Amino acid sequence: MVEALREALVEEMRRDPRVILLGEDIGVPGGFGGAFTVTLGLEKEFGHDRVLDTPISEAAIAGVAAGAAMGGLIPVADVQYGDFIFLAMDQLANQAAKMRYMSGGRLTVPMVFRVPVGATTRGAQHGQSLEAFLMHVPGLKVVCPSNPYDGKGLLKTAIRDPNPVMIFEHKLLYGSKGSRKEASGMQVVMHVPEEEYLIPFGQANIVRPGDRVTIVANLLMVHRSLQAAKLLEQEGIEVEVIDVRTLVPLDEQTIFNSVRKTGRLIVVEEDNLTGGWGAEVVGRVADACLGSLEAPIRRVAAPDTPVPFAPIMENRYIPSVERILAAVRSVL
Amino acid sequence: MSPPSIAKSKQVTNDQRTSLFRQLLLCRRFEERVYYLFLEGRMPGTIHQAQGQEACAVGVCSALIRGDVVTSTHRPHQHAVARGLSINSLMAELFAKTTGCCHGKGGSMHLGSLEDGMLPAVAIVGGAIPLAAGLGLAFKYRKTGNIVACFFGDGATNIGSFHEGLNIAAIWDLPVVFACENNRYGASTAIEKVTRVPHLSDRAAAYGLPGFTVDGNDVEAVYDAMQKATKRARDGKGPTFLELETYRLCGHSRSDPGHYRPKEEVQYWKERDPIVRYEAFCVAEGVLSAQEVQEIKASVEKELDDGVAFAEASPNPQPEDVLNDVYA
Repeated sequence: MVEALREALVEEMRRDPRVILLGEDIGVPGGFGGAFTVTLGLEKEFGHDRVLDTPISEAAIAGVAAGAAMGGLIPVADVQYGDFIFLAMDQLANQAAKMRYMSGGRLTVPMVFRVPVGATTRGAQHGQSLEAFLMHVPGLKVVCPSNPYDGKGLLKTAIRDPNPVMIFEHKLLYGSKGSRKEASGMQVVMHVPEEEYLIPFGQANIVRPGDRVTIVANLLMVHRSLQAAKLLEQEGIEVEVIDVRTLVPLDEQTIFNSVRKTGRLIVVEEDNLTGGWGAEVVGRVADACLGSLEAPIRRVAAPDTPVPFAPIMENRYIPSVERILAAVRSVL
Repeated sequence: MSPPSIAKSKQVTNDQRTSLFRQLLLCRRFEERVYYLFLEGRMPGTIHQAQGQEACAVGVCSALIRGDVVTSTHRPHQHAVARGLSINSLMAELFAKTTGCCHGKGGSMHLGSLEDGMLPAVAIVGGAIPLAAGLGLAFKYRKTGNIVACFFGDGATNIGSFHEGLNIAAIWDLPVVFACENNRYGASTAIEKVTRVPHLSDRAAAYGLPGFTVDGNDVEAVYDAMQKATKRARDGKGPTFLELETYRLCGHSRSDPGHYRPKEEVQYWKERDPIVRYEAFCVAEGVLSAQEVQEIKASVEKELDDGVAFAEASPNPQPEDVLNDVYA
């Protein structure tokens, strides 16, 4: 995933001189290329005028990105760990998200803000899921790629979008090697074309077709859902797994079509249950597809707790394949 | 005791003086008109006004060129007038009409027009400071030669985004002038109660920036300080912090009579009214005759009359317009 994201950045920076990068430790020569090496080496090709190492100032990172976007650049900024985004929330929610509206549509804020999420035994302040907080802010777009092909295509679309786009990347999906090795990191290997391609927002991906139960998931949970689906296949239960890819805009039609076909919906999210993005999906399905439902809708989510440290507790926190299986069985 | 005289600038011509005087008057009369329209119930919402602070807005904005951008606060009316935004579009916005500078979507605290050199104002205290740094970054990267004038009040020097914004602008030598209008109060709280630093300009040193305290009620002193700061910024030498000492003659917002301010203090500052001082200066210097002063006053009233008439005749938005302009 890291290589795919890096390719997206390189291609867009070569294509458009207005694209610049902002973040902590992203361009330091001999450094890390950001906490997860996505920007590694980019300062060699693009220089320090375009790859800007910031102080530890998340509000300034977000605000400078928004201001520079309004001033004619296309900034791609990031926080090192998603949990730090709360320090930037005023700039994202009150400034970047609202500026176009407050101006009566007379300006745009074409910025991208990259946010690493997911629990990785670093404790409560380095592992939260954050999509729901930003999904709730009108004016922002919310993107969550689960694999390298989607990562590259969605990041390129984000950079070309004239709105502020939040892109959530799961730490365990970056590709576990070298300085970003993670104990439970996944190595998602797939063909990522070198030719130009973009993935539009608002287009969910049916990663596995099925007809008994619909699972809607994002990020790491897409992969766990696929593992659960494989086990269920052996019992003759064909589960349809939908990767939302983007939460704002949300591809309701694909979800509704699937629920009308299967009559059963499970949402799998690493989010805390209460007020998670899954609740929004459930609400819309209940509104549009009630007549098609043959069983209650279930959400498999993290409990309403901060992320614990001890691995034994963290494994209880993050939805497991077993919990997904249990949820599916409970609606059959 | 008579108020201090105007520090006559060597850089200002008499034609410019006439224009500065008119601008000061336009700012003041705009606020006074809006105040009465408000009391008469003809304007919705709330207003935060700046009567008494005109020399800050006019002194800073008069030193700007086309393409420069002003960022502002919940108290933006005079910044918008001084930056040259059309009175029609400002009045229409306050009347919530579609012809307003923000098409009725912004209101009093978000006045602005980026293409005319003012970002829609930000009502979060200090919220625009990082945005100003970002605009400066864009101007520097794109080599446009433009700068950003970032207004905020004394209260904002205590908020986190002030610290982060000044620091990042300093380390990257961004073309921003940080113009702090120190009117001695954050809403009802006196600045000495919330800051141990006697001169806010001393805070600039914490970021390695030059800081200057200026008589904010002397339009030529403000103009001179701003010219030095803009030159520094355009020369690529980075930001300057200007502390403009001033006073608001009105309350914090329309519902505030300002009982927390001692009568002697208000009287002291009334005697330092920037417009009274500048009018006296212009007349004494022979820049303006009494007759010319009257003509300027009449012309300002007409411009405001036209603005109010334009606004009242303009169409209201449709209710469904609420749904537009969220995304590009």
